[in-house]
Amino acid sequence: MSVHDLTPITALGATTAQADTVADLTCTEVTDLALASVAARLGQEKNCASTLGKLLGAPPPDAGKATMGTPYTAVWMGPEQWMLGADFGTHEDIATGLKAELGDAASVTEQTDAWTGFDLTGDGIEPVMELLSNINLRTLAPGDAQRTTIHHLGCFVICGDPHAFVRILGPRASAGSLHHAIMTAMKSAL
Amino acid sequence: MTQKNRLSGGQIDRDTTLKFTFDGKEYEGHKGDTLASALLANNVRLMGRSFKYHRPRGPLTAGSEEPNAIVELRGGARQEPNTRATTAELFNGLMAKSQNRWPSLAFDAMAINDRFSNFLTAGFYYKTFMWPAAFWEKLYEPIIRKAAGLGSLSMKEDPDAYDKGFRHCDLLIIGAGPSGLMAALTAGRAGKEVILADEDFRMGGRLNSETLGIDNLAAADWAAQAVAELSTMNNVRLMPRTTVIGAFDHGIYGAVERISDHLHTPDAGKPRQILWRIYAPKTILCAGATERPIAFDNNDRPGIMLASAIRSYANRWAATPAQRIAVFTNNDDGHKTASDLHAKGIKIAAVVDTRPDAPLAENYEVLRGAQVIDSKGRLGLTFAEVKLADGTMRTLECGALGVSGGWNPNVHLTCHQRGRPAWNEALAAFVPGDTLPPGMTVAGAANGDMSTHGALTTGAAAARKALGLKGKAAKTPDAEDAPVTQTPFWYVEGCSRAWLDQQNDVTVKDVKLSHQEGFRSVEHLKRYTTLGMATDQGKTSNMGGLAIMAELAGKAIPEVGTTIFRPPYTPTAIGVMAGRMKGMEFHPTRLTPSHFWAKERGAVFVEVGNWLRAQWFPIEGETHWRESVDREVTATRNSVGVCDCTTLGKIDVQGTDAAAFLNKVYCNGFAKLAVGKTRYGLMLREDGIAMDDGTAGRLAEDHFVVTTTTANAAKVYQHLEFLRQCLFPDMDVQLISTTEAWAQYAVAGPNSRKLLQKIVDPEFDISNDAFPFMACGNITVCGGLRARLFRISFSGELAFEIAVPSRYGDALMRQLMKEGEEFDVTPYGTEALGVMRIEKGHAAGNELNGTTTANNLGMGRMVSKAKDSIGSKLSERPGLNEADALKQVGIKPLDPSKKITAGGHLMNADGPVDAKHDQGYVTSAAFSPSLDSMIGLGFLKNGAERLGEKMRLVSPVTDLTVEVEIVSAHFIDPEGERVRA
Amino acid sequence: MIINHPLLGPRDSAEFVYLGDAAMIDRPNPETASPQDWHDYAYLRENPAGEHRELWFHEGGDRSWLVITRNTLTHEISKVEIARDVARKMGRSK
Repeated sequence: MSVHDLTPITALGATTAQADTVADLTCTEVTDLALASVAARLGQEKNCASTLGKLLGAPPPDAGKATMGTPYTAVWMGPEQWMLGADFGTHEDIATGLKAELGDAASVTEQTDAWTGFDLTGDGIEPVMELLSNINLRTLAPGDAQRTTIHHLGCFVICGDPHAFVRILGPRASAGSLHHAIMTAMKSAL
Repeated sequence: MTQKNRLSGGQIDRDTTLKFTFDGKEYEGHKGDTLASALLANNVRLMGRSFKYHRPRGPLTAGSEEPNAIVELRGGARQEPNTRATTAELFNGLMAKSQNRWPSLAFDAMAINDRFSNFLTAGFYYKTFMWPAAFWEKLYEPIIRKAAGLGSLSMKEDPDAYDKGFRHCDLLIIGAGPSGLMAALTAGRAGKEVILADEDFRMGGRLNSETLGIDNLAAADWAAQAVAELSTMNNVRLMPRTTVIGAFDHGIYGAVERISDHLHTPDAGKPRQILWRIYAPKTILCAGATERPIAFDNNDRPGIMLASAIRSYANRWAATPAQRIAVFTNNDDGHKTASDLHAKGIKIAAVVDTRPDAPLAENYEVLRGAQVIDSKGRLGLTFAEVKLADGTMRTLECGALGVSGGWNPNVHLTCHQRGRPAWNEALAAFVPGDTLPPGMTVAGAANGDMSTHGALTTGAAAARKALGLKGKAAKTPDAEDAPVTQTPFWYVEGCSRAWLDQQNDVTVKDVKLSHQEGFRSVEHLKRYTTLGMATDQGKTSNMGGLAIMAELAGKAIPEVGTTIFRPPYTPTAIGVMAGRMKGMEFHPTRLTPSHFWAKERGAVFVEVGNWLRAQWFPIEGETHWRESVDREVTATRNSVGVCDCTTLGKIDVQGTDAAAFLNKVYCNGFAKLAVGKTRYGLMLREDGIAMDDGTAGRLAEDHFVVTTTTANAAKVYQHLEFLRQCLFPDMDVQLISTTEAWAQYAVAGPNSRKLLQKIVDPEFDISNDAFPFMACGNITVCGGLRARLFRISFSGELAFEIAVPSRYGDALMRQLMKEGEEFDVTPYGTEALGVMRIEKGHAAGNELNGTTTANNLGMGRMVSKAKDSIGSKLSERPGLNEADALKQVGIKPLDPSKKITAGGHLMNADGPVDAKHDQGYVTSAAFSPSLDSMIGLGFLKNGAERLGEKMRLVSPVTDLTVEVEIVSAHFIDPEGERVRA
Repeated sequence: MIINHPLLGPRDSAEFVYLGDAAMIDRPNPETASPQDWHDYAYLRENPAGEHRELWFHEGGDRSWLVITRNTLTHEISKVEIARDVARKMGRSK
């Protein structure tokens, strides 16, 4: 981690992560996540997959899936393309690290601050999420990850446990709108 | 006792008394009442005035098909017009008003229209108000609207919230009557995901209104037991108060759930209604049937109702419109009403049955082969005139008359994808046709199975079939199974007016008149008479109109055809269509990384797409935006300014073919761009028109960062993916948007390098030699934060763009302001940005307006002929390259104090001012503090050769004529010395 | 409408952006094409009342371009293909 004089702010504009609870469900701003996209180079798909496999401790996830590993988690983004996440504290410069591992097998792009995250934890995820997106919560299983639209914003919904934990990644610049939508839905449904 | 017409029994909670007002008068009802049932219980039959003739009207039905009892609910900002009293659930404090009457419901001055009814027949509006045309808007329409209007709007903002949501299921069941409940039980017990939606607040459908038994239970108790069982199943979602309003493509259904309409005000944070989008691969429509009336003279008096509606009020709501009631029927169902009412202690004046062989009854008189031919009573029914089988007349004293002309299946949703209903001769009614929305089946009365046994059986069978359930079917509960036949009997010949469509005041005579005047197709009939075009969509009237047309044409009803139904099934509030996307949440807002800082500085913001950008930063003492903008421009040109340009689209382009790919994307060359350099690029559409422009910096052999204009970021990304996936699928290139990942600031002005040298870590040399114009590279700032630096300039000054990860954007801006104090660093907004780019002659969205080419923009020579790129071939078309093609020029008024405006057209100094002599037009204009004059950019025929020419700038729209001089578009530093300093 | 994405399964058409006729994949060969070929490619489109192959972009999803065969009269979607595969089958390369 680099040492410099600049103090970061969260996507909602504060210096600490925001958390809100309605009934038994809590929505917490995620600020400790470093992200980078990995796209296999043409003809390098196998090399890319095998390196990712080593990094993740499992093959890179299929369409609509996520792989939770340490230190990296991965979400399928598109054909031969994944979003990798790691702890911001230890992997602030995640893209450089991944590029060093993947070399010419993949294109790597820093995505950390392209996104903002909100974790929904507790009871009531289904009634809240059904007001937000068209994902079928009833068939969602742990490890499912879908790109979908929430409040007209392209988001990832990553399912840890459909009854207890869902992570939403949305565009950072619209964090306020996304947070508003989540809070409105929580108040409406719970 | 106030509720004089309240009966015993019913499914109301007598322990909960609710107070409400109607037209200011206080009444009491019970939980479980509708507004209509409570009013009837209070002996109020008159609930509204008709649309055209202002005739007194009461409820015709007990459901959502109601044409007459249309009222205004609540007050203040929550006032809601045109609500059916028959479906409005009673709550404590409900305030209801009748509408379309003045000054009062009992005495309505506009009832004078009724006296002029001969003038207000079918097509009246078309015939009378044809001429003169100008009178229509100014005179006729306002008067007609006032006289014929429905309810009134509050003209206040709706204080309630609405929401939208999404639900998935294996099987959607629409309607929770006997067939719907059986279908839900069948599917639910099989473990399938089921959604059961019903518009009523109490599930059960007709079972709640009937005295028949199922198994050994009363029908309503059987329904309650079924609902109780379903509510224990996690795989079944019960959605009462939910109207499925439309069947859309591929098993998508729209449904409006009324969350709070039965409450005085919604609970905190709760929406009033939710619009659900239900994804259902299979659907069973169990929407039941609607009884149809028989038209006779003056059949619209309050108290004349559908027989089944009177039965519903008596059995479900323990309310009756009168203590003495007659029934007019052509089928056995009407007799049920009479016997149920008799059982509740109501006097039956007589049952008038059109059939000579009608069954007789023990407890009341049945008049076989007789017809009701007229009615009497000023504001409500007092007498019914009956013509007996032998031709003699008899007057029946009665306060209500139940009319039954048979039942029409509710086929509406089967028509939403152009399905046409089919005629069923035995029922003399339309049933669902062959072409149903994919995945839909129909069961119960909606499909023509009119008996309870039929509904239960077909409901269960439809669920088994839809879901492919195997194994033995459960036993169908025992229920009556009388065969139902319906003999058509539509109207009684008369000499006065017999009403078909009571909401739009269409009579039998109107239908005959329209036929006589040549309107022979159903669609024409509808539009000429307005039959079925009111808010009830003719649920109780279309069949009657059609039958009369068929009779006049001498055809069978199916030969005449039928109109089909469109969504929504019942009137739907616009608010719920918007959901929570209203006001500032109409679309999501994007904030720049310096937003919170800019807000602290008091910036004025402007919406640019979804972005909020600082437009200018007023300081103390400034009273006009121009003062702020002029100051920002001058300060930047004299020292240094900073502007947040994060909103420009940024696309990361990587891969071994990245350079070759950009060579296809841009009309100018990129293959030879050195690593560490940036180049301006112009993208064309395939037809040769300019699409977007920006810069591409090469960070490595196989890595570029492309910028797009703010407005086109998403569009360009989509375009690049199209090229990558569809046109050049074997290029090794990968794309991803990084717009929001980086906070990017333009630092512009002669002191920009000095300022940046205080921020950029010392190991990075950004002197002119080491980091010349158009250089780019990865650097670190403020002691080690990774950053990107581009030496590009939109302002025409020595300038850089510096990018850091977005979370540090706020801190970097504060740092720039702090370190820049010694240079009087000035933040500038989009206005100053715009002024400076016009001064420099840089094209932007106004110039790349979808009609201009590289040639027009003065960049014709940039289009490389050495390679193929998108649009390069068609940009060579002769028509785009004629000698007098438009060329971008600068425009300056001869008198610097004169204003020029974008949109004005350029005309020669002398000669006519018309389109034929048009020479070009102005695209951008601004006041230039640097030149102390208005300046503009525009396109002029053969403009490059006409510098120095005096012309007229005219704008007939704003009545503007200004003498201008054509100059170079580069008002500032035409040689580009500053940017290279 | 529901679009059965070859990789992601049934998805609501609201997640997609429509472009138009899939014939746009068949860009003329810049080495050999005549001006008429370019004109036809840029401007001429079939407008069938019936089956139509069209390009849709999964903007709210995986950013794939799809070739969708849709009946313009009934909205029935009979085939969904990844556009990149279609392009390669048509001989497109670099």
